[in-house]
Amino acid sequence: MNDWLTQAENWAFILIALPMVLGAWRSVTSRNVVHSVLFLVITLAASAALFLLLGAEFVAWSVVLVYIGAVIVLFLFGIMITRAPLGMETELSHSNQTKLGAALVSGALFALITVAVITGFGETEIVSNPTRTSEIGQSMFERFVIPFEVVSVVLLAALIGGIVLARRDPAEPGDSSSSLGGAQSAHVTAEGGEA
Amino acid sequence: MILGQFIILGAALFSLGVYGVLTRRNAVLVLLSVELMLAAVNINFVAFDTYARDVTAGGQIFSLFVIAVGAAEVGIGLAIVLLIFRNRESANVDELDLMKL
Repeated sequence: MNDWLTQAENWAFILIALPMVLGAWRSVTSRNVVHSVLFLVITLAASAALFLLLGAEFVAWSVVLVYIGAVIVLFLFGIMITRAPLGMETELSHSNQTKLGAALVSGALFALITVAVITGFGETEIVSNPTRTSEIGQSMFERFVIPFEVVSVVLLAALIGGIVLARRDPAEPGDSSSSLGGAQSAHVTAEGGEA
Repeated sequence: MILGQFIILGAALFSLGVYGVLTRRNAVLVLLSVELMLAAVNINFVAFDTYARDVTAGGQIFSLFVIAVGAAEVGIGLAIVLLIFRNRESANVDELDLMKL
């Protein structure tokens, strides 16, 4: 352990890991929706720093671009459009009983993985060796070209699916679907009356 | 650096994500907790890639795939949440009990 603390890399690791876990913790417990998303930014930025520490530069900057740049904005958009309560909110999480059960489940999961890793790997040393982006590109388009194509099909399907799902259909008079829509909105107003 | 510290950090992040999925009521926040779990998976991939010293950098490439699939998942997930919100006027996962008797 003393030996572990003398390495500068491990101090960098501690400096990255602490805000990461704190950000993740606040992100799942915060009572403010927007704060929750912004704490996720801290966690993702810390994970990008961790990738830099491990020498995976391209993955690190991809995380910054895709997650911090795009996905977070998408989350904020989702919060705004579903009109989630923007201030402090007590009803954002389940009751204390559910929280206790969830804490037990996740704590048991964490303990299980920790024990498995310590017994399985012990003190296996790893040395960070920077991977050049050209190596990643070569390998991606030679060795992993089939998975790459599959991921592009997945992205295309997600693109089309997102448009089809989120598009608001223009109401067509005399169409059978418009009467269905009317029934649905009547259902919603009836429920609103109940609540 | 030892391998265990990265895996245990990933495990902590994954467990927090599980906790978030189980306790959050708002559907957008459930998706956000799933993103935490994907970040944990990415850390494992890159740590094991460094450990294995793979010449094809397979771990890093699969973490890039995880990033792409995660982005697609958020897009579809938010579209579904948007649709549910439009039909039910709420993004609360407890109120989605149409399949309950």
